[in-house]
Amino acid sequence: MSLNLILQNLANGLSLGSLYALISIGYTMVYGILRLINFAHGEIFMLAPYFLYYGVLIFHLPWWASFLVAILLTAVTGIVSERVAYRPLREAPRISVLISAIGVSYFLQNLAIVVFSGIPKSFHRPNFFKTIFQFGEIRIQSTLIASVIVSTIFLIILIYIIYKTKTGLAMRSISVDIETSRLMGVNVNRTISFTFAIGSALAAVGGILWGLRFPQIYPLMGMMPGLKAFIAAVVGGIGNVPGAMLGGFLLGMVEILYVAFLPALSGYRDAFVFSILILILLFRPEGILGKKVQEKV
Amino acid sequence: MLKIENLHVYFGGIHALKGINFDVPEGKIITLIGANGAGKSTTLRTICSLVKARNGKIKLKDEEITNIAPELIVKRGVALIPEGRKIFPNLTVRENLEIGAFIRSDREGITKDREWVCELFPRLKERLWQKGGTLSGGEQQMLAVARGLMSRPKLLMLDEPSLGLAPLLVKEIFEIIQRIHEEGITVLLVEQNAFAALKIADYAYVLETGRVVLQGTGQELLGNDQVKKAYLGE
Ligand SMILES: Nc1ncnc2c1ncn2[C@@H]1O[C@H](COP(=O)(O)OP(=O)(O)O)[C@@H](O)[C@H]1O
Ligand SMILES: [Mg+2]
Repeated sequence: MSLNLILQNLANGLSLGSLYALISIGYTMVYGILRLINFAHGEIFMLAPYFLYYGVLIFHLPWWASFLVAILLTAVTGIVSERVAYRPLREAPRISVLISAIGVSYFLQNLAIVVFSGIPKSFHRPNFFKTIFQFGEIRIQSTLIASVIVSTIFLIILIYIIYKTKTGLAMRSISVDIETSRLMGVNVNRTISFTFAIGSALAAVGGILWGLRFPQIYPLMGMMPGLKAFIAAVVGGIGNVPGAMLGGFLLGMVEILYVAFLPALSGYRDAFVFSILILILLFRPEGILGKKVQEKV
Repeated sequence: MLKIENLHVYFGGIHALKGINFDVPEGKIITLIGANGAGKSTTLRTICSLVKARNGKIKLKDEEITNIAPELIVKRGVALIPEGRKIFPNLTVRENLEIGAFIRSDREGITKDREWVCELFPRLKERLWQKGGTLSGGEQQMLAVARGLMSRPKLLMLDEPSLGLAPLLVKEIFEIIQRIHEEGITVLLVEQNAFAALKIADYAYVLETGRVVLQGTGQELLGNDQVKKAYLGE
């Protein structure tokens, strides 16, 4: 394999990984605060490109405006899902909330089938995103570059919010002790809503970039990226935000390199990724950056 | 400042507080003493609304605050330093202090108060950038008190601040409580270390299985035979 081919694959891996990183944040933040695996997160991701699609098609918004509107609407959907399906179960056993999350996931999938129809739609791509850049022998689609740049920007903003703002401080405090945080005057409900908004907005960015990269959208498109982003979050150490980013980039890279080096087995790429999950759970369940979890009592 | 009237609290079928009455006048140190399980923590937690009252009234400066949201209590100038410290282990000392000041937005005032608590607890000053979880037990207790002070409370409630501390540190904590009191902050202190608490208290209440069974000035209770036998180990 030539150096160029390796570089080409690294570029592909980096950009796929940046998408996983964006999606996995939502899993890890919600888990960090509620100890809930939000199974509906993949569906949140799926809604964003649809919002964009209809924003452009029906409302004739310029694409950058529908980009913003789609992110906003997706964030609102995330907030509403928590209000309706998780908040009433805050004091319930964790398994009930988990089941509720599965319910939200199926609900959104089927709602999308009814409203948007199950037939895949081809996603409108502004011309810019069809451009292909040539660096010597390496050809890189502009969407790949955009994914890496856009996700890096959003991930930096996220790190800033979590570690440098008051709301971030509140998020980190309620992730270890909700009750004491309330004693400090933290509004827990508002902070949780904000967490869902951020996680969903990042998934929306990921979903739109995904649609630009694989320009076909359909109601079940969130399942596989959602699962893989969840695996990325576990690999990085669920509950740990830098871990989710790292896990996302690693997973994207590993997946692309697997296909590149073992093209004959490329049909097993998903199975390969899932076996990574199994191995991590067996040998390092706390993930790469995670600490050994202490059960909350 | 704080007035508790006929307070009843249940946990499922357990009747934990059975009609408690007491007063915390402004500018005083009031203490609640009693054996393990008497209901001391429950009383403080109910004042903060972490536990809901079934019956009775909690009044702060003649305004009723019974069962309002806990995050509103601290805004009204009441801070609880909870049993077991409950500092945030994943946040640095500085961030712990910052979250103590969560309800405030006066940047300058917050910085000033951080300097003030660092002066009260010089050991924290050297550890501002350390994670709370890496502090020793005594340092964590100091951080818990400092964090409570960062909200600029008018009433500071402490739940067994001396628990698990070495005798020298216990002495230090009680001295600090007196210094805080001298700054004009009203103190409601819950202790199992009855001797030390009664010594600094203006007035004290003895709790037994959810009821106030005895009350008097700190001096009176220190001389009371019943108290001597049950709580002072004489
Ligand atoms: N969350 C709870 N659930 C059930 N019972 C509780 C709870 N908290 C306290 N209790 C009960 O209430 C009583 C008073 O407890 P507590 O206020 O913690 O006592 P103290 O602080 O004086 O040691 C005890 O019988 C205790 O078992
Ligand atoms: Mg107690």
